Amino acid sequence: MAAGLRGLTAPEAGGAVAATGLALLVGGTLAAVAWAAQGLGGLGPWDWRAVWFTIWQAALSATLSAVCAIPVARALARRRFPGRGILVTLLGAPFILPVIVAIMGLIAVFGRSGAVNDALRLLGLPEVSIYGWQGVILAHVFFNLPLSVRLILQGWQAIPAERFRLAEGLGFGPRDVARHLERPMLRAVLPGVWLAVFLVCLTSFTVALALGGGPRATTVELAIYQAFRFDFDLGRAASLGLIQVVLCVAAMGLARWIAIPAAFGAGLDAAHRPAAPGGWRRGSDALVITAAAGFLIWPMAAVTARGLPRIPALPPEVWEATLRSVVMALISALLALILSLLLALSLARGRLRWIETAGMLPLIASPLVLGTGLFILLRPWVAPQAMALPVTVGVNAIMALPFGLRALIPAARTLHGDYGRLADSLDLRGLARLRLLTVPRLARPLGFAGGLAAALAMGDLGVITLFAADRPTLPLQLFQLMNSYRMDDAAACAVLLMAISFGLFWIFDKGGRLA
Amino acid sequence: MKLPLLLAALAATPAMAQDKPVLTVYAGESITSEWGPGPKIEEGFEAFCDCDLRFVTGDELSRVLMEGERTEADILFGLNTDVTARARASGLFAPHGQDTSDLSLPVAWTDPIFLPYNWGETAFIYDETRLENPPASFADLLDAPDDLKIVIQDPRSSVSGLALLLWVKAVYGDDAPEAWAKLAPKALTVTKGWSESYGMFTEGEADMVLSYTTSPAYHIASENDTTKKAAIFPEGHYFMAELAAQIRTTDQPELAQRFMDWILTPEFQAMIPLANWSLPAKLPQDQWPQVMRDLPRPDKTLFYTEDEAEAARGPALDEWLRAFAG
Repeated sequence: MAAGLRGLTAPEAGGAVAATGLALLVGGTLAAVAWAAQGLGGLGPWDWRAVWFTIWQAALSATLSAVCAIPVARALARRRFPGRGILVTLLGAPFILPVIVAIMGLIAVFGRSGAVNDALRLLGLPEVSIYGWQGVILAHVFFNLPLSVRLILQGWQAIPAERFRLAEGLGFGPRDVARHLERPMLRAVLPGVWLAVFLVCLTSFTVALALGGGPRATTVELAIYQAFRFDFDLGRAASLGLIQVVLCVAAMGLARWIAIPAAFGAGLDAAHRPAAPGGWRRGSDALVITAAAGFLIWPMAAVTARGLPRIPALPPEVWEATLRSVVMALISALLALILSLLLALSLARGRLRWIETAGMLPLIASPLVLGTGLFILLRPWVAPQAMALPVTVGVNAIMALPFGLRALIPAARTLHGDYGRLADSLDLRGLARLRLLTVPRLARPLGFAGGLAAALAMGDLGVITLFAADRPTLPLQLFQLMNSYRMDDAAACAVLLMAISFGLFWIFDKGGRLA
Repeated sequence: MKLPLLLAALAATPAMAQDKPVLTVYAGESITSEWGPGPKIEEGFEAFCDCDLRFVTGDELSRVLMEGERTEADILFGLNTDVTARARASGLFAPHGQDTSDLSLPVAWTDPIFLPYNWGETAFIYDETRLENPPASFADLLDAPDDLKIVIQDPRSSVSGLALLLWVKAVYGDDAPEAWAKLAPKALTVTKGWSESYGMFTEGEADMVLSYTTSPAYHIASENDTTKKAAIFPEGHYFMAELAAQIRTTDQPELAQRFMDWILTPEFQAMIPLANWSLPAKLPQDQWPQVMRDLPRPDKTLFYTEDEAEAARGPALDEWLRAFAG
């Protein structure tokens, strides 16, 4: 390794070390579980069904999310209206919602006694059911449409204003803009978006179980859970964990094969929005934005309406847990930013492409395998109680990496392509380069990545049920409330959790855009 | 990577300055949470033990099995009846040393290792304002129209879900597949755990939820809500108990034994029902809280021995999967 690092620049070496660490973590925990089980176990027919269902639902969810995101992102890119900034931020919220909160919201709107079915009944129309595979897909689109919109919107914003101005100068209509600017951009961005959503849905567990209607919607993650809990079969759990990794690597290979980097060249960052065509496109854009906003914001509003009145009555323990969770989320975000910046910068130089794969690995690491593996590995060295919070912080930082990387990698590549040679010729290096060039140019994706990391860390229930958690985090407290029948307090807790996750995301994201 | 350093800094927990012996109790988060029985147990035991009872929250059995004899645990608290076979096979536990001949359980308890501290039975809970004619028997439930919607838990991830699996097996035996085939269309959804199901039920999504015979007590005692009822079936209800056990290799054998001795005392038993919404393992019925005494009781309680349950659950899961995943 040391010999291999020679000849690499500092960020490349840092990125290589970080990526190796990630690969070791994901591979190592898997190996630890397999080792504890003394080998990999065989899979039964139900396991294989779970594998197929997982692939199918993840592919469908990813495709729907990406396809629906295109018109929304385009409408948001070319229209300006009061409240647009807030809307863009709000649209990002579902992705960072704790799963259980999102399910509450979706049920409040689309459930049997939800608003949609109440309306349908009033109109004498047949009811729709959120339970079944369609519910799983609906929830996955709800979670991932926001991420897709944001990533595609960033793609639109990354097209230099000069190109749009040139297009206007040449008298391009919407069709020509689509052909020469938008489609090449989409070709570059969409595979990554699809892949990110696909991978998120691969490890989906709670959504599939709560809304899937039954074991028809069994995912690999549930099969892993079963292997651990029902059959006490660590070997089968390790085999299933390995299948998840293989699926991930295969999907990444596919996405890389399809993606073609767009080459728009550098621009001057002039504030300019793409031409906003009039006529029917104006109406359709308005419709698309309203529909997306309604779909994404309504469930959150429903959760808020239910829980908000109870917040003042929440017991003091909840506030202690809140503070603890916020501190942990901030540390996680900082760690995630450092790691993802290292990985993205070394990737941008284009020589170490395997780093991208390593950076995506945390996404498919089964939380159960990861937690159990870490426990087996760390147990001989430290008391698990002492490690509970640090491990949560570290694992959360790592789990957020793939999303941060999706936003950072294209920006870092552009930065390297546009300014890399200039900076090299000026011998701009080290901290000066970071301060003068890298951070200012990457402020937006950095803010986005940091916000995502903080919010995701805030909502995470913890992959580490094996480690002691004597000082519960806010999401754990939410679960404890539910387990003690206190559904009203749990609803209030959910609003609190949602508000803080969203607040953290907003602060980082805004900070990045102002910088 | 700066990770280990930062993690280490964060790990530095303040050392407790005290010389009292520590009794380490591994327990699930529903026990140790502020709203569970944990705080009361800690307070009650420390009042006379001259020790520090320290709860360690987490997935207690998995953890202790992985730690083996080097575990720091002295007591495991909150095990369910469905995991005793696996726990016993580890050889990590010592006998509880209690007389279990006169427990207030509907089943005879002869286990020398695992000591029940509270119990209940699985039941379907309904809201009488929403379901006016609840099924009067399991057979009624199976024959009810399919628009009667129930939510249940997955036996692969949930203790209560597993209990339902054994409940149906105990009632229907070889006819279980037909029973599942009738029940499956009524299942609105199957959730990972009890809390998601129960949340859906209280939100009005489903007419009935798989829960416990004691669930209505919470609504009556805490919310003054008498509309939630358990449907009592003459075919019988499946028994579930929560158990404690001491670790054989404990470094605090005396303290651990004192804790085990305390569990069946009236003091401990009297605080359990309203803290854990469950029935006490050893307390005359006239000393139960009024709300528990008033609950309708099933005439018949079903329970598999450990070996029967262990043998039944694999094939029963297969039948369940076949009916639900078809």
